[in-house]
Amino acid sequence: MKSRALTPWLLVSPATLLFLGLVVLPLILTVILSFHVYDHSTGIKDGFTVEHYVRVLTDDYYLTIFWRTLRLAALTTLICVLIGAPEAYVLSRMGDPWRSIFLLVIIGPLLVSVVVRAFGWSMLLGSTGLVNQTLRALGLDPVRLLYTETAIVIALVHVMLPFMVIPVWTALQKLDPMVEAAALTLGASPFTALRRVVLPQVSLGMLSGSLIVFGLSASAFAIPGLLGGRRLKMAATLVYDEYMSELNWPLGAAIAIIVLAANLIIMLGYNRLVETRARRALG
Amino acid sequence: MGFLTLQSLSKAFGDFTAVRDVDLSVAQGEFVSLLGPSGCGKTTTLQMIAGLVEPTSGTITLDGRDITHEKPNRRGLGIVFQSYALFPHMTVAQNVAFGLEMRKIGKAERERRVKEILGLVHLAPLAERYPRQLSGGQRQRVAIARALVIEPPVLLLDEPLSNLDAKLREEMQFELRRIQRSVGTTTIMVTHDQAEALSISDRVVVMEQGRMTQIDAPYRLYERPATAFISSFVGKMNRIDAVWRGGRAEAAGLALPAEAASLSEGAAAQVAVRPEKIVLGAPGQGLVDGTVSSRFFLGSYWLFNVETPVGTVIVSLPNHGAEPVAEGATVSLRWEPESAAVIAAGAVA
Repeated sequence: MKSRALTPWLLVSPATLLFLGLVVLPLILTVILSFHVYDHSTGIKDGFTVEHYVRVLTDDYYLTIFWRTLRLAALTTLICVLIGAPEAYVLSRMGDPWRSIFLLVIIGPLLVSVVVRAFGWSMLLGSTGLVNQTLRALGLDPVRLLYTETAIVIALVHVMLPFMVIPVWTALQKLDPMVEAAALTLGASPFTALRRVVLPQVSLGMLSGSLIVFGLSASAFAIPGLLGGRRLKMAATLVYDEYMSELNWPLGAAIAIIVLAANLIIMLGYNRLVETRARRALG
Repeated sequence: MGFLTLQSLSKAFGDFTAVRDVDLSVAQGEFVSLLGPSGCGKTTTLQMIAGLVEPTSGTITLDGRDITHEKPNRRGLGIVFQSYALFPHMTVAQNVAFGLEMRKIGKAERERRVKEILGLVHLAPLAERYPRQLSGGQRQRVAIARALVIEPPVLLLDEPLSNLDAKLREEMQFELRRIQRSVGTTTIMVTHDQAEALSISDRVVVMEQGRMTQIDAPYRLYERPATAFISSFVGKMNRIDAVWRGGRAEAAGLALPAEAASLSEGAAAQVAVRPEKIVLGAPGQGLVDGTVSSRFFLGSYWLFNVETPVGTVIVSLPNHGAEPVAEGATVSLRWEPESAAVIAAGAVA
């Protein structure tokens, strides 16, 4: 009897240990670290302080970076929905050899390191890159793209698109193809059928897609680091700088905790808002 | 000229011809079933009428109007899909109202008509439910209501009862017929279930390998099947191998009573006789003697397998409340000449 009661605990213990060791423990250490006192000449000292939190939340410098992170992540999510959802629909309507080929094209970027992809974009978008060479060849003025927010968003969309296409595509797979036909026979135009019948049913796929995209974009490190340059910081690059350049680990930890909390609040709130509405209808 | 006419309608998918030269004329208010095994082209035919599949050749005319190439959303036909294809994110009332909304019918009028049709299919109390909260039979009725509320000139039903269990299926057959009668809509139903087709249709169209092989009233189809395939597909049929000699069908040295036929002397033939047309009697009293090898009780009737010199013959007998002949008993078989048909053996489809 006793051993039987123990079995489920034993079975979940490897995953639990992994989770505790690799997620919970570092997180607790980070929280503790964020309340430590830091002195520029002597380094980290024992002693409790909320100074770092107050500083981050009142200093314009940090708030600007948080606001930029939020804005760019939201924009990336929006663009991913606008491109990814139709892309998934087209994909679901494709015949067999093409569907596999294009699915591979969409997932393909995931097989290449983010750093390599970011360098690829910096070569394309640079002042002497392919984009500006083309503009010059067409007799147009070159544009400054590299080290701008535009460059960050372009590269983020490229990286994040599969995370939007795949959940939407999965939702479309579950759809009875005859449901759209039913809407047509009832007098709906193809566009109306798409908007009134198909779209509401893939909204949960779009929701999970946008949660993944937003979360990953808000904490992206390599892309803003390489395409945003030294001045256009985002949350993750800011934390990196506090740790590695300023050596102010407690401040970095405080920023990391604030970003985590903000991310959680935004995502849970968004999930609540959309999911309750969709769940009520889709069950 | 019928209300809905199909003229030499064909559909080819690449090398495969799914439907070949189908001609059909359906009168207004008629209930016609397309019956056939899976892959016979009946669903493709229905989808061509619905506008979901483009015909390769031929024409479809509705009330004198050529609709062969019209888009499905312009045809205004009511369609009940095999999967019902209800909108899962809309309530029953919203599902039913969708077609009216597309027709830009005002809210008050829309609500009135939705209420009326839900009353007809006995679903009024469930108007605010979602499809997932309904049983199979209820979903099916929502699908029918959604198709009928737009007052379509023709109602198309694609295997409407195949997803229901046996008991419900029988109930829904009557229900379907009742609804169709009270609305009076011309209806075309696709089914592979011969009992379903026979019980509720005015006429049955049998399709084999993309062609229509017989169009007849249900009882005529049963009594006078045009092909060997139909005789075995529709109801049960005994087919006794025989040889045509001297104007009679002979098997195991016996002349089998059957309707007149014109076959060449010595041709292989089959005598087709329905199990319920055979009369059991005491040994030696009938045409041929046999032994009851097995019997099955099916509630309203008994089914016997009788081993005879001319082969195994199936006999069915209504249940009169008493125990009939036992397994292993010797019986005689007899039938009237007009209840048996002679089919040339080469005509087997």
